[in-house]
Amino acid sequence: MGLGIGLGHYLTVAAILFTLGVFGIFINRKNVIIILMSVELILLAVNLNLVAFSAALQDLQGQIFALLILTVAAAEAAIGLAILVIFYRNRGSIAVEDISSMKG
Amino acid sequence: MTLPLFFFYLFSAVAILSAVMVISARNPVHAVLFLILAFFNAAGLFMLAGAEFLALLLIVVYVGAVAVLFLFVVMMLDVDFASMRQGLLHHAPIGVVVGIVLLLELLLLAGSFVIAPEAALGSALPINTAVDNMTAIGLVLYTRYVFLFQGAAAVLLVAMIGAIVLTLRHNTKVKRQNPVDQVARRASETLKVVKVKSGQGL
Repeated sequence: MGLGIGLGHYLTVAAILFTLGVFGIFINRKNVIIILMSVELILLAVNLNLVAFSAALQDLQGQIFALLILTVAAAEAAIGLAILVIFYRNRGSIAVEDISSMKG
Repeated sequence: MTLPLFFFYLFSAVAILSAVMVISARNPVHAVLFLILAFFNAAGLFMLAGAEFLALLLIVVYVGAVAVLFLFVVMMLDVDFASMRQGLLHHAPIGVVVGIVLLLELLLLAGSFVIAPEAALGSALPINTAVDNMTAIGLVLYTRYVFLFQGAAAVLLVAMIGAIVLTLRHNTKVKRQNPVDQVARRASETLKVVKVKSGQGL
C-alpha cells in the first residue's frame, strides 16, 4: 500500500460508502432505479474493502474475489433493469408501492 | 502530506460526495452521472491500493456498461420522477438512525480491529512483486481459479439470456417464417399427381 495510506483509511471510506448506500435505499423508497444504484454503491464499498485487505495482507485472493463480485454486480444490474423495463411496460409505473401484486 | 495520501483524500472525498449526490439528486440522470463519478474515483482508490487491473476493469465494466445501461433505462422510462420525490423525508428519520448506527459500528470495527498474526503470515496467494498486477492476476485466474472464472462466465451468460428473454417482444404484425412448418411439409400433402389423357385435359 502507498506511503502513509493505511488499511484504516480504506475501511473508513468503504464504511461511509456502504452507509450511504443503505441510507439511499431508506430515503428513496419510491424510486426503484435509485435503489438499484444504491445497491451498486454497496457492492462498490465491499469491493473496496476486499482490495484494501488484499493490499494490506499482500494476498492476491482478495482481488480475484473482487473481480467475481464485479461480474455478479454487472449481471444483477442487467437483470434488475430488464425486470424494471418489463414491469414498466405492464403497469406503466415503477413506484415501489405499486410492486405488490405478490403480497410478499 | 505525501502525494499518494493527498490523492487518497482527493479520490475518497469526491467519491463520498458523489455518492451523497447519487442518493439525493432530484434528476435520476444526474444520479447516474454522479454514480459514474463515484466509480471513477473508486477506480483511483483501487489504483492507489495497487490493484491496477481491477481499477481499469471498474472503469470499463461499470462506466462503460452498467452506468450506460442505467442511463438508457432512465431515459427510456417515461416516468414522472418529480412525483416520486414526494414523501422523501417521510422515511428520512428512521433512515438517519439506521445509517448512523451502521456507520458507527463500521467505523468502530475499522478503527479497532487487529489482524491475527497467523492470518498475516499464511497468505493464500502472496503478491509476486516481480510481475505486474495484470500478469499476476492472469497467472492465477486461468489456472488456479479457472472454475470460478468459468462460473462467472456462466453467470454472465445466464444474465444475458435472461435479460434478452425478459425484454424481447414478439411483434404480431410482422410476418415471419415458421421453420418447423416448412420442414414438416411433405410432398404427399401438398403435391397431387394427376394422370391426364392426351387430348382431353382436366
